[in-house]
Amino acid sequence: MEGPLLDFFRAARSAGLRISPAETIEAARAAAVVGFEDRQRLRDTLGLVLAKTIDEKRAYGVCFDLFFKRASFSDPAGKAAGASAEEAPPMPGEMPAGGEGEGSGGALAAALLSNDQAWLAAAIEQASREARLSEISLFTQVNLFTRRILERMGLGALEREIVRTRTAPRGEALTQARDALRERVRGFVEQNLLLFAEGRNQEFRARMLTQARLTAIDRRDHERMRVLVRAMAHRLATLYGRPRKRDRRGVLDVRRTLRRNMAWEAIPFRTIWKQERIEKPRLVVLCDVSGSVAAVAQFLLLFLYSLNEALSGLRAFAFSSALADVSDLLTTLPIERAIPEVMARSGFGSSNYGQSLADFEREYMHLLDSSTTVIILGDGRGNRTDARADILQRMANRAKQVVWLNPETRTVWGTGDSDMPKYTPHCRVSITCNSLFQLERVISELLRVG
Amino acid sequence: MSIAWQAQLDSIEATESGLESAGYIPSREIATAVYLSHHLQKPILVEGPAGVGKTELAKAVSRWLSLPLIRMQCYEGLDESKALYEWKYGKQLLYTQILKDRMGAALGDEPGMDAALRRLHGLSDLFFSEDFLEPRPLLKALRSPGGAVLLIDEVDKADQEFEAFLLELLSDYQVSIPEIGTIRADVPPIVMLTSNSQRDLGDALKRRCLHLHIGLPEARLEARIIASRVPGIDSTLRRKLVAFVQELRGLDLKKLPSVSETIDWARVLVLLHANELEPALVRETLNVLLKFESDIEVVAGQLGELLLKAKPEAIPVR
Repeated sequence: MEGPLLDFFRAARSAGLRISPAETIEAARAAAVVGFEDRQRLRDTLGLVLAKTIDEKRAYGVCFDLFFKRASFSDPAGKAAGASAEEAPPMPGEMPAGGEGEGSGGALAAALLSNDQAWLAAAIEQASREARLSEISLFTQVNLFTRRILERMGLGALEREIVRTRTAPRGEALTQARDALRERVRGFVEQNLLLFAEGRNQEFRARMLTQARLTAIDRRDHERMRVLVRAMAHRLATLYGRPRKRDRRGVLDVRRTLRRNMAWEAIPFRTIWKQERIEKPRLVVLCDVSGSVAAVAQFLLLFLYSLNEALSGLRAFAFSSALADVSDLLTTLPIERAIPEVMARSGFGSSNYGQSLADFEREYMHLLDSSTTVIILGDGRGNRTDARADILQRMANRAKQVVWLNPETRTVWGTGDSDMPKYTPHCRVSITCNSLFQLERVISELLRVG
Repeated sequence: MSIAWQAQLDSIEATESGLESAGYIPSREIATAVYLSHHLQKPILVEGPAGVGKTELAKAVSRWLSLPLIRMQCYEGLDESKALYEWKYGKQLLYTQILKDRMGAALGDEPGMDAALRRLHGLSDLFFSEDFLEPRPLLKALRSPGGAVLLIDEVDKADQEFEAFLLELLSDYQVSIPEIGTIRADVPPIVMLTSNSQRDLGDALKRRCLHLHIGLPEARLEARIIASRVPGIDSTLRRKLVAFVQELRGLDLKKLPSVSETIDWARVLVLLHANELEPALVRETLNVLLKFESDIEVVAGQLGELLLKAKPEAIPVR
């Protein structure tokens, strides 16, 4: 398979396209069918084979243009390099070390002095292939790779020539040309870094953020977090958004069993069970937005409000010292503006769980019925106010289940002013939830069971 | 084996002009996809909003190449007995009854049970043979002698299990029937799957297909499509109309009008002998273009502005 095409696959992977080995083979076949002459046609063709969603098509377009815009593909010598790696660069075989011959400083010096652009472009391309430039992954490697490429192009001989002819005009010209070349190679390496490593770095960053503690996430990462949360929610929503059924094993579906076994005169060799619908969960969420939990609360709310098609109903309440219904706010405003609004309205006070639960019981108890799941997010630290676990018990009796998410690790539940031990008996699930990863696990479990 | 229609697909330009002759104006990407689909023997998965001509593409290909179009509409609960094959149970039962008397003769006067059974095994598998097979769309497409266009419509509506079942067909153009064996296509059909992105399709399925996304067309292409589908329309009106629809797509609507709506609207205007986009007329016929009451209200409110903003000059006359 052709070298440039392989490099392009690597670049495309780094741009976030998931390309399997089978697809690379397929893409190479497709490229062979349409040929390499027409760039636009090649772009269409590879796009059909490699990019499988609208987002991927967009990423693919950008990556393709970036990749084939590089210098080596736009000048005449490079055009050939695009078609076939072997015959492309008209390279002198002795390039790396030899070629010093008549003290001329090697082929590189000659090319620099005669300003042979085609030769230089081809040489850079070839040297970077030998230096495995496409495996570059960090910006700190730019200097290293620049050096390696220059050495492979015959920098050693050039330097010696410069030293030898230091005072002559030839030496000066060479010095200038060398500096220009260094800049050019450096630019080339940086372009490749962008092409091959950017996606991988982003991916790494995203993975770190999923594992990181939500309370410790820096403000500058919030935008990225929002993208991540949306992606997770989108995945869950497509998985659980459509009606699902499950077998009720042991309860025979007579009609369908007869139909399936018609071939055997309806003797039921293959049984089919009746099915029941898995209901989409209806959620009532109570979020503690006091200082200690606020960071987690905003991601939970963002997550839930990005899930809408997988849920059959969602009401959200925020509290610190008193409870407020924030559902309207979250549905009418775009989420980026709604969450700060929620925080401004009831956030960052000191929390009073007893008071907030009492508020809920007084006004919103009718929301709970046997198909409602109550999610409470909070650390259970009520600043030594009355815990009112009795209200939680009444809520648990009315609702299908109560799930308590606590950003603190289980070992500190019950220490200091934490009332968690009083609340946990009434919760079907009480779990530590302090990273995107844990958040996703809890919610996907909720959706799965229905 | 070389077949006449395969020769028609010998270049992308030929594909493009061929589809045009069948009344379908393809974008460059669509023509490339059809061409590649034949040469790589891969199905095309067509995605895009409703009404951009996904199903129409399959019809046009079948018209152009004079191949039979075999269409399978997917829905929840579709299974292999409806998609692939079914045994003709009634016929099987009837035949067993009729042939009952012949059984004695076939078995002859074998002395023991064992010998009779052996004899029975020796007979070919009478009732599970091709004579009793009721082919459904997928099997029909595979066995179609000169090739066919197989359209698997709205594959996103089918269950996940059905998607998995399609994989064998899509990658090797063959299906396995337990009672008979594997059936392979002599001439691989041109397979197209369409999806409205109601749910994300599995990676395995996507991997086996060329992925073609048809979006809303740009003005130039849309004008050509209208010219081909609504031949009676005056060229000035056509350009004005396309420019107006393009303006509409810039608005924040629930459902943007797609090509099929533009075509319908153009037909309506021709029927009403309109030469010009009169605001009153547009207001009355907006319901052809927009499918939500709230959208119609939004557009009706700023109709004058939109009509002014629509610049037909950008669209070439031809």
